[in-house]
Amino acid sequence: MKRMAIVGNHALSYGALLSRVQVIAAYPITPQTQVVELLSEMCADGTLKAEFVKVESEHSAMAAVMGASASGARAFTATSSQGLALMHEVLHWVTGARLPVVMGNINRAFGPPWSIWTEQTDSLSQRDTGWMQIYAQDNQEVLDSVILAYKVSEQVLLPTMVVLDAFFLSHTSEPVEIPDQEMVDEFLPPYENKYILNPDDPHAFGGLTNPEWYMELRYKIHKAHEEALQLIEKEGREFEKLFGRYYGLVDPYRVDDADTILVAVSTAASTARYAVDLLRERGKKVGLLRIRVFRPFPYERVKEILSGAKKVIVLDRNLSPGAGGIIASEVRGALANVKNHPPVFSYIMGLGGRDITTKNIMELFEEVEKMEEGKDIIWKGVKI
Amino acid sequence: MRKLTIPREEYMTPGHLACQGCGGALAMRLALKALGKKTILSIPACCWSVIDGPFPYSAAGVPIFHAPFETAASTSAGVAAAMKILGKEDVNVVAWAGDGGTFDIGIQAISGAAERGDNILYIVYDNEAYMNTGIQRSSATPYKAWTTTTPYKFPKARPKKDIIGILAAHKIPYAATATVAYAEDFVKKVKKAASMRGFRFIQVLSPCPPGWKTPPEITIKLARLAVQTGVFPLYEVENGEKYKINIKPKKLKPVIEYLKLQGRFRHLTQEDVDEIQRMVERNWKVLLAREEFSKQIEKIV
Repeated sequence: MKRMAIVGNHALSYGALLSRVQVIAAYPITPQTQVVELLSEMCADGTLKAEFVKVESEHSAMAAVMGASASGARAFTATSSQGLALMHEVLHWVTGARLPVVMGNINRAFGPPWSIWTEQTDSLSQRDTGWMQIYAQDNQEVLDSVILAYKVSEQVLLPTMVVLDAFFLSHTSEPVEIPDQEMVDEFLPPYENKYILNPDDPHAFGGLTNPEWYMELRYKIHKAHEEALQLIEKEGREFEKLFGRYYGLVDPYRVDDADTILVAVSTAASTARYAVDLLRERGKKVGLLRIRVFRPFPYERVKEILSGAKKVIVLDRNLSPGAGGIIASEVRGALANVKNHPPVFSYIMGLGGRDITTKNIMELFEEVEKMEEGKDIIWKGVKI
Repeated sequence: MRKLTIPREEYMTPGHLACQGCGGALAMRLALKALGKKTILSIPACCWSVIDGPFPYSAAGVPIFHAPFETAASTSAGVAAAMKILGKEDVNVVAWAGDGGTFDIGIQAISGAAERGDNILYIVYDNEAYMNTGIQRSSATPYKAWTTTTPYKFPKARPKKDIIGILAAHKIPYAATATVAYAEDFVKKVKKAASMRGFRFIQVLSPCPPGWKTPPEITIKLARLAVQTGVFPLYEVENGEKYKINIKPKKLKPVIEYLKLQGRFRHLTQEDVDEIQRMVERNWKVLLAREEFSKQIEKIV
């Protein structure tokens, strides 16, 4: 094990290296480029024994990793924003084909107008593609999540997206422990899938399926997601035994006696943790629930933790125009069947990479303290 | 007696869902005979998405990955990369697509894979329109042809896209045309392409009775006439510059012999036919000149 200061993008590259990926296909997009630049170097100097297909678009990137995974190779790609949107069709296809592809996505706002800064709308708008989605809050978690993603994906035959904030993580150096290869090998065995393209045992994959059977195949995808809910925590514990770090579905902080709990993801959640500490010092009973895994959505964990609170705040750095915060809508959905559930206050803030400061987050708690009834949408910081 | 060059082995099975007289089904049968068992097909949206049979059946006899419309080349690029890293390079990685998935929506991925030199054999069975969706024009549809989106009063206004020219411009090791009427030529070309490495491309003209409005029993006759009239010459291009015409009729038959058999051309006026005749003759002369020129290249450079 060694400790290095690396940017989030390189944490993705190291995650792929340590996972011994065999085929990489990627297309450059800001702010993802460093991921594939480092992987290109690793492939060129033989550090990583992989085939790197330098495709002409993200659509082809996803198709190529799909073909590779269907052939029995461990496959990786990374993209962001417009690139992820271009992949959309193939994202659905990879899930339908039940392929354990892992990709990194650097959250970046959609154009127009052009923006290169962070916002979760790109990955959250892929919500219904059937990909598992992990939102990391620091660079160590980025690296570890790639390894964990392969471990879970290859058991349930579903793809996983490891998501990180543009610049706040992608281009920010943090000290990261690079696990020893032998230990990663112990945790993550080579990819084996009996359902592959094999001339010695020929099958057609994805052929025309009539209404008699299509629904059953979708049912099995959902069941695999439910299985993943258990596996993510189980493998998180196994990972902890080897590496001393635990990652679960959610990451609750000072919630046990909290009256008001803020729900957030990614780096906004790490800022919120500090805000919670400051408010606790002032005697406020506040807590934080960081949602780490957005798909499969951890309904039970979210319900367990939030149903005891008096108020729930959701911070969304994303927007579904005409509806509001995407995570808030999931949280409201999770609480709907809980008797006497707490009111939900849904905040939209930080779009297009606008800073979310500790002060901003403390203000949310202060504002909500004065409100009784939940609010479907509250805009924070809009200047018009 | 001439030696039979078409392998006797059958990989494609009965029970497939092709229409009667389907050139695309016959093309697959012949291609698989040439390729053999060690083959993986990626098939995007096209007639073959249906022809292979509904889940859980398959008529191809080799593994197939059904892929999104524009991804035959890119999916195959991933399969080829996997074969390399997994040490299975004896497998023929084949993209098998229609003209829509090749000339139109898939051309970006094809250009990318061709330029990179991905180790793929790409075969387009060209039936000259979107037949699987019910006969809409593609950029492979010939000049003045009827389709449901180029109705009789407004038939296709532009000639067929020169896909081999586009691929040749990528300087790929092998690009060739073929058709089901010249089965031995087609099988020979598939075998030759399979013996090479890098991005290889074969366009096999595959008559489509419902789309061309022709009786199913004349598929082979039409495919032969396409060659004998010069409408669809059979030739190869190596490394983007070495042209070789494989079938050279002493005298081209008049195009009317080919056109008059097809309902999709029944609206043509005498002037239309004359114009097509001139275009075909011109293209034929240009092709002959290209072949002649490629003999000179070694002396020039």
